[in-house]
Amino acid sequence: MSTLRYTKDHEWIRLDGETATIGITNYAQEQLGDVVFVELPEVGKEVAAGDEAAVVESVKAASEVYAPVAGEVVEVNEALTDAPDKVNEDPQGDGWFVKIKLADKTALDGLMDEDAYKAFLEESA
Amino acid sequence: MRYLPLTEADRKAMLKRIGAKDIDALFVDVPPEARLDSSDRPVDLPRRRSELEVERTLTRMAGRNVSAGAVPFFVGAGAYKHHVPATVDHLIQRSEFLTAYTPYQPEVSQGTLQYLFEFQTQVALLTGMEVANASMYDGSTGCGEAVLMAERVTKRRKAVLSGGLHPQYRAVVENLSHFGGSTVHALPPAINGEEDIVSAIDSETACVVVQTPNVYGSLTDLEPIARAAHENGALLIAVVTEVVSLGAVRSPGEMGADIVVAEGQSLGVGLSFGGPYVGLFATREKFLRQMPGRLAGETVDGEGKRGYVLTLSTREQHIRRERATSNICTNSGLCCLAFTIHLSLLGEKGFRDLARLNHHNACLLADRLSGVKGVEVLTPAFFNEFTIRTPKPGAEVVEALAEKGILGGVPVSRLEPTADAFGDLIVVASTEVNTDEDRDAYQTALKEVLA
Repeated sequence: MSTLRYTKDHEWIRLDGETATIGITNYAQEQLGDVVFVELPEVGKEVAAGDEAAVVESVKAASEVYAPVAGEVVEVNEALTDAPDKVNEDPQGDGWFVKIKLADKTALDGLMDEDAYKAFLEESA
Repeated sequence: MRYLPLTEADRKAMLKRIGAKDIDALFVDVPPEARLDSSDRPVDLPRRRSELEVERTLTRMAGRNVSAGAVPFFVGAGAYKHHVPATVDHLIQRSEFLTAYTPYQPEVSQGTLQYLFEFQTQVALLTGMEVANASMYDGSTGCGEAVLMAERVTKRRKAVLSGGLHPQYRAVVENLSHFGGSTVHALPPAINGEEDIVSAIDSETACVVVQTPNVYGSLTDLEPIARAAHENGALLIAVVTEVVSLGAVRSPGEMGADIVVAEGQSLGVGLSFGGPYVGLFATREKFLRQMPGRLAGETVDGEGKRGYVLTLSTREQHIRRERATSNICTNSGLCCLAFTIHLSLLGEKGFRDLARLNHHNACLLADRLSGVKGVEVLTPAFFNEFTIRTPKPGAEVVEALAEKGILGGVPVSRLEPTADAFGDLIVVASTEVNTDEDRDAYQTALKEVLA
């Protein structure tokens, strides 16, 4: 059973066992517009919570994607190099960015679940 | 438009916000001996004079200069005197073109973007690279930016500079790297030792910077250096200060360079007392996103017609802020236009002929000078510039030649004041502007000076 969480920076984190898959939310991709490039970290890199994990570039902006949790990068979505538009088409599926092996599983506790994120979006709208 | 100057209250509020006591506190980094203080060291200038008087005085002062066009001229070392056709100046001054910068609403200026696109194409072809930007301020700042770019690409923080890199380029690299917190390892000056750099490459090296022809005129095959750099995961940055050489030698791209920076002044841009010039910057497509500078791209509009845009702007400062690939948010617009027009007028054949003529003239000059007793030509393989050793200090020889109305080159002691062993060397350049009479005059004057 996987756990899905959200951050205020519009990232989603799906936890399966010890591995967290990270991407940007549908709201984030709508705000960015057409994604044209994604810069991914090297596999094996250790990141602290709040570190830059990736960079996403759209036709109108370039934004950093921060690691919401600490851990080691175990996989990156190589498919985005040639097809960055997957981030727009399927942000919470094929458009994932990185997989991080969590240093601390309880790190997700402070993040929002789906209902809280929806409420957060409505509040900030 | 009204001009609203700051009030005293505005100033105070700003100073308070940044925590500065007074305006003077903003200048504490300037050494006291360099400061002009109105109380004890007033600026010593004559009283006001009329426009007519000022013009006369300045003309008289300018008359004391020996200008490049007035005498036999053999000075190079990074800036070259070439013949610029009158057409170039006429065309760049057309009002449709005449601007120093890339425009702020660029797509309105399709003509500007089109020539930038042509310029980039020319630079890519000349350097043998896949992509080129819309130009940097000059060759030296382009070189500094190339080192920063290589460090972003390789995620390493050390640059190794060859001993033949122009000392002023080295200074720019050291300055930029110092404030970026990375290491620069500059090899000692060497007339013909570009390949020495191979043994200085290690697993920490982000890039090696090699100039060909180097500041002493030597041409180098970059291939073995490129191979050694790539085996260690480092990039090769090739520097060219005389772009005309690319009409005669293999391009740095063909020899394996990853980034090529060049000074484009030789084409279209005069000596102009050292600037403004135009920096050429080209690289491989795979490094495109780490490239600094503006980039014009060709596209189609909603009706399928060809049009030009500024593209990949997310690398740039106005979007990426402090994470941008560079703080350059413009290009050397007018100079790069002059470059493009001059190169277009020459065409490929004309450019190659020009290069051949430059080399030919330099060979003739080398023969003449080596015929003077005590003078030795030290550069084994050169394009249009070489280094000579004279029996007297180079600076004295150049000064004595100037008094005889010959601008005979750059004494190496001016470029490398601390390299004592180089005190008797002079870097001598010869382009298409030199005639047999010029060479005669140089040879005769040199004989007299050394007699």
